[in-house]
Amino acid sequence: MSTQADLNVADHKVVHDERVKERNRVQRLLIRPEMGAGIGAIGIFVFFLIVAPPFREAASLATVLYASSTIGIMACGVAVLMIGGEFDLSAGVAVTFSSLAASMLAYNLHLNLWAGGALALVLALTVGFLNGFLVMRTKIPSFLITLSSFFMLAGINLAVTKLVSGQVATQSVSDMQGFDSARAIFASSFTVFGVSIRITVVWWLVFTAVATWVLFKTKIGNWIFAVGGDADSARAVGVPVTKVKIGLFMFVAFCAWFVGMHLLFAFNTVQSGQGIGNEFFYIIAAVIGGCLLTGGYGTAIGAAIGAFIFGMTNQGIVYAGWDPDWFKFFLGAMLLFAVIANNAFRNYAAKR
Amino acid sequence: MTTTVESPANEAPSGGKVPLVELKNVGKTYGNITALKDICLRVHAGEVTGILGDNGAGKSTLIKIISGLHQQTDGELLVDGEPMTFGSPADALAKGIATVYQNLAVVPLMPVWRNFFLGQEIRKKSFPFSLDANAMRATTLTELAKMGIELPDVDAPIGSLSGGQRQCVAIARAVFFGARVLILDEPTAALGVKQSGVVLKYITAAKEAGFGVVFITHNPHHAHMVGDHFVLLNRGRQKLDCAYDDITLEHLTQQMAGGDELEALSHELGRK
Repeated sequence: MSTQADLNVADHKVVHDERVKERNRVQRLLIRPEMGAGIGAIGIFVFFLIVAPPFREAASLATVLYASSTIGIMACGVAVLMIGGEFDLSAGVAVTFSSLAASMLAYNLHLNLWAGGALALVLALTVGFLNGFLVMRTKIPSFLITLSSFFMLAGINLAVTKLVSGQVATQSVSDMQGFDSARAIFASSFTVFGVSIRITVVWWLVFTAVATWVLFKTKIGNWIFAVGGDADSARAVGVPVTKVKIGLFMFVAFCAWFVGMHLLFAFNTVQSGQGIGNEFFYIIAAVIGGCLLTGGYGTAIGAAIGAFIFGMTNQGIVYAGWDPDWFKFFLGAMLLFAVIANNAFRNYAAKR
Repeated sequence: MTTTVESPANEAPSGGKVPLVELKNVGKTYGNITALKDICLRVHAGEVTGILGDNGAGKSTLIKIISGLHQQTDGELLVDGEPMTFGSPADALAKGIATVYQNLAVVPLMPVWRNFFLGQEIRKKSFPFSLDANAMRATTLTELAKMGIELPDVDAPIGSLSGGQRQCVAIARAVFFGARVLILDEPTAALGVKQSGVVLKYITAAKEAGFGVVFITHNPHHAHMVGDHFVLLNRGRQKLDCAYDDITLEHLTQQMAGGDELEALSHELGRK
């Protein structure tokens, strides 16, 4: 025990010591939040390699990656939000909302598609801001606030589309100004070793990499973990809790806008009833990837692995020649398994 | 018997210097409930002010006002002689008032070093200004070592530490960042004898290093060991305000236990 003489409290220096580095790398790897999902992903990959011969082709992998990427970009936003201790049930319809808004604004106001997209981004971010603002202002759980906004957005999507275009889908935008350049950004493909890969796969990896860097290497990331782990403590040490959480809701809205742009430029026209139920896929991907429902724990890489598991299962069942109706059963079973496995991993981590 | 509120007693016990923090007739009401009334308090550099009180005496409310979590409804809060209103704990921190809360304000799932630097992270000097994790790890280790805490792994979640260790991390954090005034909310309440000793030694060291320390406790023994000045709260009122030389441990203990009320009670119970 230290004595009075040792206690030199006035002397504060930031110390650099090259001996202090992360220790026990292997053990640390084993208890990472996404470890369970990683092992699960390898298992499922091997499983489909065995039971589904078409799954072994490179083109199939590209298809799997594409299916994973559109879920994965959203799962990235939803995972970061969940780490921040909140929930967004409106994320699924927010995607459709963004692409409907971009399409209809550009078409009916005779704008360049980029201008329509920018207006849609403003609208999407406004919805995200309102979600966050209401959650923070009313202190009502985000589950209820975003459940409300989920239904309101779903209603707006259907009603406004019918009001404006008189149909359940928007007009094709493929002959409008800015279509080609926007398509190149949001919905093009490129070829690697003879395999055509969708650009969303690249965006998915970029989103995941940036989110990972922000979460672990920046001040904001530290704050996100803190507001999710214990908002009162975070506030007490000077973290701007309200701003961080509202920012997270807006980040989810940004991801929704991005995926919305992809859908618009990939299919030219948008069905107004799309997106309902997808919010659960995003949450499932995040939870399979190790995010804790109560906040303060998880990684963006985990969510990406979760989305990859989703994509593999989604396509693998088709390649295996099974009835695709089984997909949801598998998804549910995997979620259950993942939750139990992650829980076991986490308890091990705490006991260490 | 007690130097009460009416007289702005003990004017400038440290030789006419401006107190770091001063409360003048501060009161706080929550709706129609009066939590605090007419509190006068001075915190000087190099002094420990012990705030004593039973449960519900208003100790926590008082801290929340000084640390910026709540605003007073009456009276004035002065920092360096200038009236202030803190909108948030960040404002108080910016003025050098750091608080160690009873719940320690730590995030259990986060590593020790991330908790230590939460809200005041060190960033690298060059683009992209990411966190300087190794500097923060090393600093955490060094600062904790000064308190006699040797942690094997600052990457362990802080929730896995013992209560005493967590307390020390929280205090070390406040000291590291709290430039001038350190508010400790019942730091020894959940600790054993030995670890309480560490904390009390640390409080004295902080005082000698020139910090103004506000030490909230309901343990008169601990308060008397380190305090230079005592304020006793009872039901939101200031009952006692005196310097170390003016009061004995017995008197303090008796006042703390209810003072006259206790005497009356013992008469009433009449154990003859």
